[in-house]
Amino acid sequence: METLHVGTRKGLFTLRGADIARISFLGAPVTAILPRDGMLYAAVGHGHFGAKLHRSRDGGETWEEIAAPRWPEKPADADDRNPMSGAAWPWSLDQIWILEPDPRGPEALWCGTIPGGLFHSPDGGASWRLVRSLWDRPERKQWMGGGYDFPGIHSISVDPRDPRRVLAGVSTGGAWLTEDGGESWSVASRGMFAAYMPPERAEDPVVQDPHRIVRCAGSPDVLWAQHHNGVFRSTDGAKSWKEIKISPSSFGFAVAVHPRDPDTAWFVPAIKDEVRVPVEGALVVTRTRDGGRSFETLRSGLPQRHAYHLIYRHGLEVAPDSRTLAMGSTTGALWLSRDAGDSWTAVSRDLPPVYCVRFG
Amino acid sequence: MPAVPRVTFTANLRRLVDCPAADVPGSTVGEALEAVFSRSPGLRSYIVDDQGALRRHVVVFVGGEPVRDRVRLTDAVPPGAEIAVMQALSGG
Repeated sequence: METLHVGTRKGLFTLRGADIARISFLGAPVTAILPRDGMLYAAVGHGHFGAKLHRSRDGGETWEEIAAPRWPEKPADADDRNPMSGAAWPWSLDQIWILEPDPRGPEALWCGTIPGGLFHSPDGGASWRLVRSLWDRPERKQWMGGGYDFPGIHSISVDPRDPRRVLAGVSTGGAWLTEDGGESWSVASRGMFAAYMPPERAEDPVVQDPHRIVRCAGSPDVLWAQHHNGVFRSTDGAKSWKEIKISPSSFGFAVAVHPRDPDTAWFVPAIKDEVRVPVEGALVVTRTRDGGRSFETLRSGLPQRHAYHLIYRHGLEVAPDSRTLAMGSTTGALWLSRDAGDSWTAVSRDLPPVYCVRFG
Repeated sequence: MPAVPRVTFTANLRRLVDCPAADVPGSTVGEALEAVFSRSPGLRSYIVDDQGALRRHVVVFVGGEPVRDRVRLTDAVPPGAEIAVMQALSGG
């Protein structure tokens, strides 16, 4: 029976199969989770008192607080402003948005945050270092806040063939690729377009808003992106992207990718940006099995009348068996599928708003 | 010897991290808090942000008055004054 961790607005819920087996941090937002080699990491936002990081060696029975990513001192002469609002970039952690393993070390970790910092820890979160080579890129000052006041890094994808090759997805600031373990970076969102920008800037890779980018682990040159105004796919390791047409809507936040088949991916469409609810009040998952040439609309077990669930960018995941999926909504519902999305079972409709789901 | 400031913490913070009331030396808010942090290093990030300024939703009172300098924490602390670390009411 698989273990599923569900990070919500009001705590971390750990399920064994369909049963809620444990609740941790009740009352506090859990914004990112990473299970790795018997260690479980959880990012907890304490509102007044800031974002913190905890880890557990016993699957969540007991927790210890470890260091959270921290910015170095902001230089007095830093000219560091958001171009849209004019507000000064805070050199201070607001939210931990994604935690991923760095396979180069048994306890090495990557962390993406709001504001848009990429951090690295060599020692399981005992210490963190801001990746200055990305933070100091002049283009970073063109990144824009999406749903938050400042942009953030929500996707970190390591190439399993060469863990020095890492892709970071920024909302809003495109995708960035390093091939030397973070020494240098190049923009990796060419081919995406931004319908929310003036025409002369629409194809600028730095203004793209990928909501989530996920790689096919078994075919690592293939990546899928659910972008603010479209779905894009890369077959060359994020060097270029092509738009995929998808119905009933190309808007959404989440994408899950089959762990071995690069042609299979799942999305959860919604009415575009200013509305953000399922089309016609019917929650559906869309699935392609042919690389995006066609999509199936999957509804079985999902609410089809007056359903106003939104699935956030980390709210959909496929398990390593490639048939088990979990999906959690802003309305606090959680569904499981055991047949690759053909049918879904509601585990709960009464959880706090779901931020992230992770198997393991 | 003059009485030293006493630093107290809101019950909501004591729920999250060990922070009993502390009598510490210091003639400014920053010095007194720094003395507390040297005893309890894990407390620092709950009170100040990465740049050392008071967190946006934390408020510090000295003798019942909110401090003015939230960035460099230079407000003076009279001997024996009480420094209360509270959460600002915000959000819902």
